[in-house]
Amino acid sequence: MRLVIRETLLSFRRAPVLSALSVTTIAFALFVVGLFGLVALNIRIALEDVEERVEIVAYLMRGTPVEVVTVALGDIEAFPGVESATYVSEDDNLARARLDLTEFQEVYDDLAENPLPASIEVRMSEGYRDAGTVAQVAEWLGSFRFAEDVRFGREWVEKIDRLQGIAAVVGLVIGAAFAVASVIIIGTTVRMTVLHRSREIAIMRLVGATNGFIRRPFLLDGIVKGVLGGITAIGLNYAAYAAINQIYSTSFFNVGQAMLLVLFGTALGFLASAVSVARHLRRVTAG
Amino acid sequence: MIRFKKVFKSFQSGSLALTDVSFHIAKGEFVFLTGHSGAGKSTILRLVYADSLPSSGEVRVSGFSTERMRRSDIPKLRRRLGIVFQDFRLLEDRTAEENVAFALEVTGVRRNLIQPKVMRVLTQVGLAAKATAYPRELSGGEQQRVAIARALVNDPLVVLADEPTGNLDDRATRGVVQLLRDINANGTAVLMATHDLNIVRHEAARSIEVQNGAIVYDSAIDEKNVGGGVQ
Repeated sequence: MRLVIRETLLSFRRAPVLSALSVTTIAFALFVVGLFGLVALNIRIALEDVEERVEIVAYLMRGTPVEVVTVALGDIEAFPGVESATYVSEDDNLARARLDLTEFQEVYDDLAENPLPASIEVRMSEGYRDAGTVAQVAEWLGSFRFAEDVRFGREWVEKIDRLQGIAAVVGLVIGAAFAVASVIIIGTTVRMTVLHRSREIAIMRLVGATNGFIRRPFLLDGIVKGVLGGITAIGLNYAAYAAINQIYSTSFFNVGQAMLLVLFGTALGFLASAVSVARHLRRVTAG
Repeated sequence: MIRFKKVFKSFQSGSLALTDVSFHIAKGEFVFLTGHSGAGKSTILRLVYADSLPSSGEVRVSGFSTERMRRSDIPKLRRRLGIVFQDFRLLEDRTAEENVAFALEVTGVRRNLIQPKVMRVLTQVGLAAKATAYPRELSGGEQQRVAIARALVNDPLVVLADEPTGNLDDRATRGVVQLLRDINANGTAVLMATHDLNIVRHEAARSIEVQNGAIVYDSAIDEKNVGGGVQ
């Protein structure tokens, strides 16, 4: 094992330019994947923010007894997918309207009687905010006898739904394309290392080194380059994030996601090395 | 120890590289393999070190038969051989002693055993003083000596040399041939392929001549019958 580590270190020392180039190439391939990941992550967060505001409002008939509302609130909250149901009285609605619609302030001040009804505001749990479920809950709320009208911004909810669908499909396709591109780039880079050392491999075989023995330093080499490339890519991504963040407020990967990118690079480095060396060993003879 | 039995070898194109080649080399023998370039000398050597397999017939080397050989046997076989080429095949970025030690390291020899073995063979080939020199700092003859040292360091049963003097001047050639003779005198068999008949004429050793992939002359057999020379 010591020899494997020594040979791996030697390969870095003997071909510093090639090694640095490999790490840089891997880093940039992963950087692009990471950038895409950042974009996807931020789109998802933005959509979630919008989605969180999905709300169903049931306007109540005037004079609905408080006891009836209290019982109904319990029923609604027990409904699957409902996160919360809040009662908003006529007065509260008026106060809110005064705050929100400042241009009508005076109109509200002149009112002799509150024209606004009381309402129940229903928020849906995560994962239940799609147009179908929301429409279903809205319909059910409408079936309460005290419900005069139910609103939830159908078009808006459907639009978010569509956006999420597009984001998921586009994300999957582009993400896969970037991942495949980085696999090819990293594979080619590692192959260069193997070709660079083909003479050494031929001599190793000549003096009776087993294939397993020949393979090991290359595998370690691929892993080390993958790790270094992955860490560099995270650094580059962070730099890009920091630059963009000065203009727009965005989010960066959490530790798990960053580790995933490094792990992806490591796995790629390892696999690319394994494939390259295996191909080389099959193809090239000793003499 | 090396036995070829009715060996045929065809190239991928279908043309025959070797036709019905049979011979036997005993332990401790010194044998020249002669013939023009392209006659089939290198093909025979490659069959010996299992770099290729015969299309038909059998090659047996030190108990390994091509008829029963598995891939994993090839490294085991090669550890019993020492192989030397015309172009030395040294690693340019390692010193003479590192090149020799490399052959031991990659076969898993314990580290504390490596250094004495390396110095012993470098002394044997007369290069102990240049152990720390890089190949580019050595003459062609010296580089070939390093390659021979590397071939010897595993204590092989036989040294295979494919045109080892092809890149060397007369003086270096004589030195390398003498070195191979000395190695043979210590009990190691040597099979040396060469197209340089001057070398063969000056040495009293068995020679096998290959022409167009077939053996046309073997002094061990033909001299008894005809008493003829090399040509």
